[in-house]
Parts: sequence; C-alpha cells; structure tokens
Amino acid sequence: MELNKTTDGLVIPAADSKIPEGPVAEKWTNYKAHQKLVNPANKRRLDVIVVGTGLAGASAASTLAEMGFNVLNFCIQDSPRRAHSIAAQGGINAAKNYQNDGDSVYRLFYDTVKGGDYRAREANVYRLAEVSNNIIDQCVAQGVPFAREYGGLLANRSFGGAQVSRTFYAKGQTGQQLLLGAYSSLNRQIELGKVKSFNRYEMHDVVMVDGRARGIIAKNLVTGKFERFAAHAVVLATGGYGNTYFLSTNAMGCNCSAAIAAYRKGAYFANPAFVQIHPTCIPVHGDQQSKLTLMSESLRNDGRIWVPKNIEDAKKLQAGTIKGSDIPEEDRDYYLERRYPAFGNLVPRDVASRAAKERCDKGFGVNNTGLAVFLDFSDAINRLGIDQVRQRYGNLFDMYEEITDVNPGEFACNKNGVDYYNPMMIFPAIHYTMGGLWVDYELQTSITGLFAIGECNFSDHGANRLGASALMQGLADGYFVLPYTIQNYLSDQITVPRFSTDTPEFEEAEKACIEHEKALLAIQGNRSVDSIHKELGHIMWEYVGMGRTKEGLELALSKLKELRKEFETNLYVPGTQEGMNNELDKAFRLNDFITMGELIAYDALNRNESCGGHFREEYQTEEGEAKRDDEHFFYVSCWDYAGNDNAAPTLIKEPLHYEAIKVQTRNYKS
Amino acid sequence: MATINVKLKIWRQAGPKETGHFETYDVTTDTDTSFLETLDILNEQLVQKKQEPVAFDSDCREGICGMCSLYINGHPHGPATGATTCQLYMRRFNEGETITVEPWRSAAFPVIKDLIVDRNAFDKIQQAGGYVSFNCGGAQDANDLPISKIKADMAMDAATCIGCGACVAACKNGSAMLFVSAKVSQFALLPQGQVERARRARRMVKKMDELGFGNCTNTGACAAECPKNISLSNIARLNREFIKAKCSD
Repeated sequence: MELNKTTDGLVIPAADSKIPEGPVAEKWTNYKAHQKLVNPANKRRLDVIVVGTGLAGASAASTLAEMGFNVLNFCIQDSPRRAHSIAAQGGINAAKNYQNDGDSVYRLFYDTVKGGDYRAREANVYRLAEVSNNIIDQCVAQGVPFAREYGGLLANRSFGGAQVSRTFYAKGQTGQQLLLGAYSSLNRQIELGKVKSFNRYEMHDVVMVDGRARGIIAKNLVTGKFERFAAHAVVLATGGYGNTYFLSTNAMGCNCSAAIAAYRKGAYFANPAFVQIHPTCIPVHGDQQSKLTLMSESLRNDGRIWVPKNIEDAKKLQAGTIKGSDIPEEDRDYYLERRYPAFGNLVPRDVASRAAKERCDKGFGVNNTGLAVFLDFSDAINRLGIDQVRQRYGNLFDMYEEITDVNPGEFACNKNGVDYYNPMMIFPAIHYTMGGLWVDYELQTSITGLFAIGECNFSDHGANRLGASALMQGLADGYFVLPYTIQNYLSDQITVPRFSTDTPEFEEAEKACIEHEKALLAIQGNRSVDSIHKELGHIMWEYVGMGRTKEGLELALSKLKELRKEFETNLYVPGTQEGMNNELDKAFRLNDFITMGELIAYDALNRNESCGGHFREEYQTEEGEAKRDDEHFFYVSCWDYAGNDNAAPTLIKEPLHYEAIKVQTRNYKS
Repeated sequence: MATINVKLKIWRQAGPKETGHFETYDVTTDTDTSFLETLDILNEQLVQKKQEPVAFDSDCREGICGMCSLYINGHPHGPATGATTCQLYMRRFNEGETITVEPWRSAAFPVIKDLIVDRNAFDKIQQAGGYVSFNCGGAQDANDLPISKIKADMAMDAATCIGCGACVAACKNGSAMLFVSAKVSQFALLPQGQVERARRARRMVKKMDELGFGNCTNTGACAAECPKNISLSNIARLNREFIKAKCSD
C-alpha cells in the first residue's frame, strides 16, 4: 500500500479503503452489482484457509464451501463447536421491526455508529445493519431454536444503547445456538468433502510468497509437529485480544497470536486501545481466579443497578456487618437512572462501566474489596413474580449461585410492606475488543490475500460495541460479506495453480516457528507462564484499563519492557517439542500478548481524547463524561510493525468520513 | 471464604500408547476457588518444582463450551448435578478429602495425555446428519415460519447439549445415545428438520455404531449425569424416529 505523506503524518489513501461510490444506503448494493465473480468450474480450483471456527470462521468456511471453494478450516479446540462465540449469552440484533416499535436498518445503523462513539467506518456499519435481517432468516432456516411467542412468531428483548426491542435470543444461550447452527452447516460441508477440518491445530505464522499471503504454518497440538498449508487466500477469524489482561470473560484458550503473526508480517493493527469493559461481571474474589464470568446484559432489562446513598451504609457493607437487602428503597442510589434518565439501566456498556467505577472510586463499593455494585431484581420479582423472572434469567441466576453461593432470586426481607430479594454483586471486566486487524471494505487486511473477519477485525464497532452486536457482526462477515468480497480477489487467482509447500518460503517460515519454540524451551528460568501472564494482566488493568492517563501509560510501557525482559530471561517451560505440551503453547501465546499489551498502550497514549471504551482521565467534562476531540482524532489509528518487538510501531491514519450521520456528542440523558 | 486442604489422586498418562497410573498430590486451596483453578494451583506447584504439569482440557470455564471433562470421585463432571467440571467449586469437598480424578473412560474416546481424551467421534456423528441441508442465502423471512412455542422450547431443551461426552463416560456400555438423541430430537421437533428426518436418524445411528459406542440399555445414568439435564425422553424419541425410518426403508 502506497501511503500519503501529509503534514498530519502518514495517511491511508481514501481509495485503499475501497468504500464504494454512492449514498451510504446504496453502497453495498452497488458493490455487489459490480464486483467480480468466480464461475463454478473455477471455484473448484481455488483453496481458502479459514483460521478459527467461531461464528465468523464457521459461517465463512461453510458458506465458501457451499459456493464451491475448497476450504481448510483450523481450530485450537478439540472440536469446531467449542469456539468462544459459544459463550455469548444475551442475543443478536437485527432490524426486523417485528415489534412495530419504530426500528429500521437506518436506526440500527445509527445506534451502532452512535454507540461506537463515532469512531466506526460508516459504510461498513450500514452494510452490517443491512444484512442483519438476512442473518435471522438464515439461522431460522438452519433450525436455530430462537425464543418464540405463543403465536409462533419470534420474540425480542431490549439491549443497551437502543430504544427498541430488536434482540433475538435463545434463552441465555444465544451464542451457543447460533454457533451450533453454523457448526451444523460446517459439518454438512465436511461430510461433502468441501471443508477439511483440522482440530487441535494452532496457526503460528502466515506464509508470504511474492508479497501475498499464500498459506500458514500450523502446529498440530497433539503431536507437537509443525505442518505447512497453502491456499489462494487466507482468512483469519481468530477473535479478540481480551486475554492480554489475563483476567477477562474470554475463554482460557482465546489468544491474539494469529493476529499478531499477521501484524509482524505487515498487516496494520487498528484501534488497539478500543477495549470493551463489560459492566455486569461477577467481581474478582481472589488471586487464584483464572477468569471472570459475565452476567448477560439482558439482566439490565429487569435488574436495577445501585449503591447506597450514604457512605456509612457502604462502609458497613464493606465490613460485612449489613447486607444489601437491609438497605431500604429510599437509601438506595440508582445512579444510572439518576444520571441518564432517557436510557436508565440500559445505557451502553462503556457508560455503565465508568459510572460503576466512579461510584466505587468515591467509596460506595458494596463488597469487601469495595469494587462491586448491586444488580437488583426485587422490583421485577414484585412486578412479575419469581416464576416469570426465572423463566427469563433462570440459568443466569443458577450460574451466579454456583459461583458465589448466593441465590439472587431468594426472598431476603420485608421492610415497610416492600419485599426485598438478594441482589447480585457485579463489577466491570474486560470482555471484547473493538480494535483488530485493519481491513478495507472488502475485509482484506493491508496484506494482499489476507482477510480478517469477526472480532479479529476492527471496522464496525468504533470505540464501543453495543450489546448483541458481536454475534451480528461475526455472522454478517461470515455468511453475507466475506463470501462475496473475497471473490473480487479470487477472480484474479483463477489461473494460479495449487501451490506446493515445498518452497523456500514455507521452509523458512516453518524453521522459524521451530526455532522460536526451541528458544522458549531453552530459557530454563524460574517463572511459570501463568505467573508472568498475571503480572502482565495487573499492569494492563492498572494503567491501561478503565481510566488511563499519560503518566500511567508511559509507566505501563516501561513496565512492559521490563516484563518482556523477564519473559525472555526467566521463563520456565517444562517438557519438549515432542507431543502435547500445553505450557509451551501458552508461552508462545504469552509472547504475543506482551506485544499486544504494548500496542494497546501506544495507541491509548496517542489518542489524547476520551471516546467509547477508551477513557483518558485528562479528557472529561465537569460531569465526568467522556470528552471526544473530533478535530484531532477523527481517524482510525493503524499501527505498522517496526520490524522488531522492541521498537515502537509507526502510526498511520485512516481519516473517517461520515455522510449519512451528523457527528455529535453522545447523549443518553434525554 | 476458607482454606481447604485436599489430596488429588490424578490419572497420569504420558501419551496415547503409554501405560497410565495414579499419582497423589497435596493441594491447599480455597472454598471459593473452582476445581479447575485448584488444578491450576497444582500445576503452578509442579512447574515450580520443574515437573510436568497435569494436562487437562478446559476453555470457557462457564459451563457452555463442553471442553472440560474429568471423572471426579466416580462422577463425570464431579458431584454437582446440572453443572460442568468448570462450574464445580471447592466448597463441595471436605477438608482432607482425597479426590480421585480420571479421564473419560470409553473405547470411543482414547486418552491423548493425562486427563485429555479424543472426542473426535462426536464430530463424526454430527457430520453424518446433524444439520438441515440448506445453503446460505435462500432463506424465507424468519416469521413466515411460525413454530409453536411449546415445540420450540422442547427443541431448545434438546439443543442445549454441549457435546462434552459425560453421557458416554457415565454409561456402563459407553453408549452415545443421549448425545445423538439430543440432535435428532431438536430437528424432529422443528418444521425445518422434517424433510431429512428419516435419513438423519438412520445415518447418525449408523455412524454411532460404526465408531465403537456401545448399545443403550435404558439405565439412565447418562441423563442423571448430564451437565445440561438433557432428558432421557429424547432417547425414546430417537428410538421412535429410528424405527419409523427403518419402516419407511
């Protein structure tokens, strides 16, 4: 990519974002009408590697195979069905307007752009809203058992950042059902021989031939051997980088190594500082904790968030001398309803998380660590009865009880004629990453032939993702966008024969992977992978978490340098390269998490504004709201690898252009 | 929150062809710590002593991905009912207790290492027919297909299967009937599944038999141990579906 050198630094030329001509509502239609296609006979001759089997990966792999391409599909788990999309609870958005509450493609588009604090690429978001309806049709056709009304039609519920009910759901297991739907389509293609499935394989590197992505080196996690795979195009659907923080709602195996491998090969990494901190997670309870558990945002439909009005009550709660249910209605501060009357408990996630932090920072936290707020269902139970509330959230109540030993549906006491039930305790936690590999409108990265879809790319959620939009984006990319746009690239590849992997490029790449593992094993220091990863997590949460400052970020960068040194000199990895070695695999991933941590910190330090999930304490209003700076930061920050992990990456900007939406200050108050 | 000391008697097996054996380890943990986090603590101790940590599968750690397994004190996913191993907390155990931890034991799930088994056979059964043959792109509007809420909820209950393999591990015959019946039931209950209904039942059962799973003798251990409470009535439905399919041959 030839960059423009301007007084404002390096800038991606507008043409390279490949946004189609025309009004925003017609761009996707125009694109599909004029894009190049590949005929059926040629599709049979083209191979595509899809790394990952979550919603984006599984849907892309199955759809490409249905079209006639040959697909090689990889996952690190023992089955494609276990990708972390499976854990999504609440639902998936679509602009069906089945509830007749004023929804439309435009409104979903507008809510998503506004929710993302005006840092998403407008054309991509419109396309997302446009195909959202097709996703629901597709999933129902597959046999996904969405929740229904007694009349047999689909049910909806509300999510944060919206004033309509547009979220489709399957109990509290929507991600599971959508993923199993995609997995079923994938299975059909595996049976038909169009998809070759490689389970317990981990991608270690992208192989470049003549400046294009032409394959990958993947490790067979059972035998420990590296294997070479070639294809006409490579698609990464490898998820986000939330586990950089060690504690997050991500699964244990979620990692950013595939994306970082692409970054080291020249793919730009966009907006890494945009990390989503989810407001409703079960609070941290101790040093041995391995992950944080999310309580679905859907709970905010009926749950009310509060802390005590009086600091004395908070102190008693922290000391454990009283319980939440001992505090009567008039002494409770429903701070979201107080600060944001128009959206109340359903403000977007970044706003709800920051408001919780603000109350806890002022000393109003409600547990022994002072880092928790209440989510209370007393009102809903009194209004609807426990049975109906349990029908909506029963599995979440059970999950909460199993972890904390407290049943949130249990009657606690009656005060002045009002029944009070045990509230849940919640606190924000790292959940999702809006940043990711930079992609153009076709979802191609800055490496020719390398595509990124789902959470792995950056384009649709701006600085903050709305609830129930991750499932929508993963499936939009995989079912309806990539299978079209990749053909525009593959149409040029029809005369390229299948590749041999017996080339110097593959040999060199494989050798580098083997040598890298050897080096990790040879350190023979004293610290386990997890102990260094936990330290990384502490640095990230403390200085690159919910509240960031210039000084803190500079300190984080110097601490991360020291941590890298510790990793390189004092790591201990047991075992050998032969056979299964989980510790070695974790060490490989941790090396990339450290690089990722630095990327997040560099980006956060550069962005001298507060927007969405990125909150710089220097940039806030008197009321404590985020203060954006559109004059200086109305761009996507793309980071270009400097050639080695110790050097700072180069900033490249993609200016944002909004045509259909007027950029304004977010307001959830009125 | 209270400290608790336990003895973990764990199956160690270096590789698929190696002979396995039990080893016992003392671990100090906490009642609010999960069972898998206790294994993490043990592994940290082993690494500190420069020994090989215990290999076990786990991923989401919130009971939905189906990656974790473990036969704990004679029960798949341990003593809790309706929960996976990752949702098991140490408050379930007593001070000083010896906890026996084994991999799934089934001919169709060979051990890869320590507590990790190969469950690829489950994918193969799904590939034989666990889908609606439908290509992306041609769907009608979702609300053009009304489905009774009762049927949809029953289909959902069957579809919650996480494919962990506890049913097979619990079964004295190593049968996969509960797993197969969950998928066959989901589609038998929904209009989308009707066209391939007979073919699906026939093919999935045939594949299950081919892969070395045992026969069902209606003992019900599978449903009793299922972390997602998949009902035994699904097996009855699978039997009906299979017989109907055979009659239509």
